[in-house]
Amino acid sequence: MNKKRHRKRVIPGFGLSMGVTLAMLSLIVLIPIASIFVSASGLSFNEFIKVVTARDVMSGYQVSLSCALTAALINCVFGVILAWILVRYEFPGKGVLDGLIELPFALPTAVAGIALTSLYSDKGWIGHAFAQIGISIAYTKIGITIAMVFIGIPFVVRAIQPVLEKLDKQYEEASHMLGASGKRTFFRVIFPEIFPAMLTGFGLALARGIGEYGSVVFIAGNIPYETQIAPLLIMSKLEQFKYQDATAVALVLLVISFVLLLLINAVQVHMSKITSTSH
Amino acid sequence: MSQTNKAIQQKSTNSNAKGVKVLLISLGVIFIFIMLVIPMIAVITYAFQDGLKAYQEAIFDPYTIKALQLTLLATVTAVAINTVFGLFAAWTITKFKFRGKQLLTTLIDIPFAISPVIAGLVLVLTFGKIGWAYDFLNAYDIKIVFAVPGIILATVFVTFPFISRELIPVLSAQGTDEEEAAALMGAGGFNIFRKVTLPHIKWALLYGIVLCTARAMGEFGAVSVISGHLRGKTNTLPLHVEILYNDFQLTSAFAVASILVILAVIILILRNLIEYKAKKAGEK
Amino acid sequence: MYVELKNIDKSFGSFQASNDVNFGIEQGKLIGLLGPSGSGKTTILRMIAGLETPDSGDIYINGVRVNDIPAGKRGIGFVFQNYALFRYMSVFDNIAYGLEVQKKSKEEIKDRVSELIKLIGLEGMEKRKPNQLSGGQRQRVAFARALAPNPQLLLLDEPFAAIDAKVRQELRSWLKDMIYKIGVTSIFVTHDQDEAIEVADEIIITNHGRVEQKGSPLEIYKHPETPFVAQFIGQSTILEDCTRLNGFAEVKPGEKAVIRPEFINITRKDEVQKYISAVEEGTIEAIAYRGSYFEIKVRVKGILLTTTAVLEDVYEIGEKVGVLIYRLYIFDEDNAYLLENKAMVDINSVFI
Ligand SMILES: Nc1ncnc2c1ncn2[C@@H]1O[C@H](COP(=O)(O)OP(=O)(O)OP(=O)(O)O)[C@@H](O)[C@H]1O
Ligand SMILES: [Mg+2]
Repeated sequence: MNKKRHRKRVIPGFGLSMGVTLAMLSLIVLIPIASIFVSASGLSFNEFIKVVTARDVMSGYQVSLSCALTAALINCVFGVILAWILVRYEFPGKGVLDGLIELPFALPTAVAGIALTSLYSDKGWIGHAFAQIGISIAYTKIGITIAMVFIGIPFVVRAIQPVLEKLDKQYEEASHMLGASGKRTFFRVIFPEIFPAMLTGFGLALARGIGEYGSVVFIAGNIPYETQIAPLLIMSKLEQFKYQDATAVALVLLVISFVLLLLINAVQVHMSKITSTSH
Repeated sequence: MSQTNKAIQQKSTNSNAKGVKVLLISLGVIFIFIMLVIPMIAVITYAFQDGLKAYQEAIFDPYTIKALQLTLLATVTAVAINTVFGLFAAWTITKFKFRGKQLLTTLIDIPFAISPVIAGLVLVLTFGKIGWAYDFLNAYDIKIVFAVPGIILATVFVTFPFISRELIPVLSAQGTDEEEAAALMGAGGFNIFRKVTLPHIKWALLYGIVLCTARAMGEFGAVSVISGHLRGKTNTLPLHVEILYNDFQLTSAFAVASILVILAVIILILRNLIEYKAKKAGEK
Repeated sequence: MYVELKNIDKSFGSFQASNDVNFGIEQGKLIGLLGPSGSGKTTILRMIAGLETPDSGDIYINGVRVNDIPAGKRGIGFVFQNYALFRYMSVFDNIAYGLEVQKKSKEEIKDRVSELIKLIGLEGMEKRKPNQLSGGQRQRVAFARALAPNPQLLLLDEPFAAIDAKVRQELRSWLKDMIYKIGVTSIFVTHDQDEAIEVADEIIITNHGRVEQKGSPLEIYKHPETPFVAQFIGQSTILEDCTRLNGFAEVKPGEKAVIRPEFINITRKDEVQKYISAVEEGTIEAIAYRGSYFEIKVRVKGILLTTTAVLEDVYEIGEKVGVLIYRLYIFDEDNAYLLENKAMVDINSVFI
């Protein structure tokens, strides 16, 4: 007898709930996403290459990638520090600090964008100080990076925090008992444990940074070939009604993000193999 | 090593550890203060820099009110649609075995992974003048791009996975035993869902709704692409902030932004409250 | 037969969890499904309940083929291994749920639930949530919940597994009494043979997805039909070739032998030996304290045997002892027989 027909489900309601899920997913997400491929197929291969290798587009990718990468690295450092102090230390105001971490998720990106721009412009509270020693922050890559640090920090902290919480304290105590210094204990014993989580956070922060628009676009200043980010290029192509060009730029951006995430995933798998064999 | 020597060393490592602790806490606090707190203070300060009257004017400006209304409409719709979706999707994924489950989970997460600008682009490509759905919609006189439905659709799209993402881990940790027990007694799907499953995800659902609200009300990139910036028509609060800012009406821009800051703070407080309650209820 | 399984096969992916399972159960009987972990007990139970669908084969309950009847309509009560009580419902609501589903009147529900709560001895705890109950109390609630809609068949998956040893003992006899009182046909799963022997009218032994044997506890103990059952029921040893043992030279090659612990007697080297030519020399390899006796592993001609010794007999690891094997179970292709030690018989006759 046919196996499929034979198979029944115990909990009722599968058909309906699967139907609703697929219908909504298709209507709202999948069908629109498919349009990007339909639109891209309107370009010949040569045209496609020409669009995505244009000087402004290449510089856009470069700006987005380099700033997002720097920001994600900075976030790794502070993410580890923040997760560490939130899990391992007691100090007044800890609850508030913990609650604040999600602010970049809750605060609309445009608000963050104008706030950061005003703060870091040459006349702003912070930018002013730097301007006096000849460093401009707003409308430079430094400004873009700062905005991406802002938007990415919760990803890293929240990825590491649960892992640290679960990490047995006896583990590091054992290392201390063996006479290892605090620094040594951290880098040899604790860091390897939280590294995969940190990579996850790094990947999420990186992806978010590459795609981010609202908080970055104000502080970027959009100087061609210098501080134009890739999402902005898509935007301006759309404003000029160059839909296919916009699609091409977007597709490459998608591929870049995808490859980066795959790479990070591969590193993670590799890492977990190492740790699982050494155990 | 002599006794005293050992003691001294002990003491020095202790004070060393204390030094590290103070250093790390300072670093963390300073980082959060500069990166997160000062920008919030800046928004509020700039908003009031021309006095209370200018602030009031900016807030009660008809365009601001209109933008607030549209933001609320888009947010409520997004939360409603995504709640329905989240409940169905989470129930389907966690309570049944079927092929392609992993693929389905990945597909649901797409909006989370792509740039909001690309999300907007995708909608323009589908429903805009060049989109293949345009002629069909036009025949029924439905306008999506550069119109309110587009704003709502973009908001729904961007926040689509938010609620299901919160529900799935909780439901999958709970397993299917209780539902099977209920099914064995002959209960129907809806009855099982309402009486057996729903109590497990009360807090997770609320949590998802709060996150979804936060993201929906603040969405900028996707909405920006699809809005056409029609003042009073397709302006949400974040877009309104942008327009004012680009018009060099800085005080007004920050005044409007301060509304969003207050909403964000409320959301943060709710979020932490719910997380605390959920932990207590043993859901997380 | 009240419940009947015919040629049931079930695979999970490439893993065969049930392999041509056949058995029948009479009405009113209490059946123990016994087997090692992973042998497919839960799978069988879940297929009868309708929680799992067999790949092929038929399941009959009361003469009706139920394969195509959904779980909720089979009229079966199920007690889950971890109880699966509704965490967010009170004890009362848990037991009432099945009745509410059947749209019984409020009065009726109240009466029936009160009756059951009294039966399980949890009066006054109606309002408690499952996490405010002890393991044993939860088990009783699960039992009452399964019984509430008056099922024709009651299935219990390891009903005592999550309960500590002392309470377990009481609960066993409680459950047995309860089931007899109600008179519902029941099948319970266990991997504890004492439990099966003590509680069940009949035992079905499973291994690797197959039913190895079905019968009363005594039958199974006395006449194990397969090497697996023989080994599983006692701490027995299976020998591929036992011809090297004194007195068993006539066993044909290819025939397997099973030695039960009670088939072996060990004696000290200096003790007087009655059957000198039958006694083997062995070395003690392990001794484990089992509460009322010692379990002893002794190696004889390279074969590791398991036997027991009373607490008064204290041996040491490495000690050389005399080992007397009275008899063996011999299994050939399709049947099993008991074989006495020939050397013992011979010498006996000489002495006489
Ligand atoms: N849903 C499933 N998917 C894949 N394999 C399964 C599934 N359910 C059971 N199995 C496999 O089938 C075999 C039999 O499982 P079953 O649960 O019936 O064993 P059991 O006899 O009840 O064991 P235990 O005493 O440990 O509960 C096991 O090897 C198990 O891994
Ligand atoms: Mg089992």
